Amino acid sequence: MSESLLDVRLSVNGVLHELRLPARRLLSDALRHDLCLTGTHVGCEHGVCGACTVLADGRPVRACLMFAVSAVGLELTTVEGLADDDGTLSNVQQAFVECHGLQCGFCTPGFLTTITAGLRENPQPTHEEARDMIAGNLCRCTGYQNIVKAVERAAELGAQQEVEGS
Amino acid sequence: MKPAPFDYVRPGSLDDALAALSGDPGAKVLAGGQSLVPLLSMRLAAPSTLVDINGLPGLDSVEVTDDGVRVGALARHADVLAHDEAARVQPLLRLALSHVAHATIRNRGTTVGSIVHADAAAEMPVVLRLLGGSVDVAGPGGARTVPADELYVGPLESSLAHDEIATSAFFPALAPGARVAFAEIARRHGDYALVGAAALVDGDTVRVGFVSVNDVPTVVDLTGVATEDLGDAALAQLDPTDDIHATAAYRAQLVRVLTARVVREATTDE
Ligand SMILES: Cc1cc2nc3c(=O)[nH]c(=O)nc-3n(C[C@H](O)[C@H](O)[C@H](O)COP(=O)(O)OP(=O)(O)OC[C@H]3O[C@@H](n4cnc5c(N)ncnc54)[C@H](O)[C@@H]3O)c2cc1C
Ligand code: FES
Ligand code: FES
Repeated sequence: MSESLLDVRLSVNGVLHELRLPARRLLSDALRHDLCLTGTHVGCEHGVCGACTVLADGRPVRACLMFAVSAVGLELTTVEGLADDDGTLSNVQQAFVECHGLQCGFCTPGFLTTITAGLRENPQPTHEEARDMIAGNLCRCTGYQNIVKAVERAAELGAQQEVEGS
Repeated sequence: MKPAPFDYVRPGSLDDALAALSGDPGAKVLAGGQSLVPLLSMRLAAPSTLVDINGLPGLDSVEVTDDGVRVGALARHADVLAHDEAARVQPLLRLALSHVAHATIRNRGTTVGSIVHADAAAEMPVVLRLLGGSVDVAGPGGARTVPADELYVGPLESSLAHDEIATSAFFPALAPGARVAFAEIARRHGDYALVGAAALVDGDTVRVGFVSVNDVPTVVDLTGVATEDLGDAALAQLDPTDDIHATAAYRAQLVRVLTARVVREATTDE
């Protein structure tokens, strides 16, 4: 029995994609398999690990807990959409490089999207707030210390740009 | 870890959504998906149709009056948590919501979805019962209001019929002079509670609601109980059990500690 397909329009990193998908296609799978945007990682597939976190209208959400068909009308940002068009890393990405915020890198896309949104909402987090910002994401390698440092470093880079820009 | 096939509809009106539900006995409502999608992926549920209510107009509001806070079915946990007026009129909302999952889950999960999902490990069903709130429900026969005390009939089971949609939940305002407190113990902040407790103290009346202790959201009356007996008096009306997260004995100990803590917080000035 072949499964019926639905027309789905997904807006990802500013590009509109027209797809035909079964209703049960998870957003994480649509991004990875149908759009070949494999930066979004899938760890647990039930909302616990945070590796699949993407931004929907700027807010972090779990791509494994949404169906692609339900993402119509949302502006999605994946890790591929964080750097500038010329490849210049975003502040959060730059901070991860400087602070050794990753080892194997599996969890990293979810941290980068989560922190990007977190710093937009709260550009100067306290140490506690920086820890809280990443509480919903799991990392099996780093022990988190360098990721917390990267949150604080990214906030610092943002503050420097504010000063230079004004 | 992939859901079984299902038909998908995204109605643009409440009437169409109700018609889609009554048209298929195997149909289920999809709200934020933060509880339902994991169940589908693990194939613990396999509805034949998903009725996605995210396109329904007018359900994403949080309305605050002196009487209380009405939360629409599409208001996300994050929207309710961030609502300063709601927190002023009923402070227990913000106290409890900050313990509901992680921020990312709260961005999508709805408070009403959590209430009708009827998980005894969830905070908001207990809050609704403790405050004496209610849920407004639309069905093929019209609308009705279900008091929180008539909402929970068994583990993960609400008294809503399969073809009904909860349109909002109402949390009464905190009465003048009354006080609330909330505390929970979880392995990590944002995880489901090993045990959580919410207290409402109004004059002489002391009531405490418990998260993750019984298999349904449970509230006990502790009016007139001496301070040192609070925990044991609560346990006399509860039935903590073993699971992979904690033993019954450890849960009982957490009930003792948290009951004393929330009642103290709601009765004494720091
Ligand atoms: C990693 C993780 C951690 C979590 N931790 C917590 C936690 O600590 N505490 C907590 O309370 N919750 C927690 N949750 C669950 C979260 O709060 C969910 O958002 C909530 O339980 C369900 O809301 P939803 O909108 O996502 O509903 P859905 O998942 O869409 O639906 C849940 C159920 O309710 C039904 N339903 C939903 N809305 C309606 C409606 N309006 N009318 C009729 N039926 C409806 C659906 O048919 C389904 O059966 C967690 C979830 C995850 C993934
Ligand atoms: S893969 Fe989505 S949270 Fe783990
Ligand atoms: S760097 Fe390996 S899981 Fe985080």
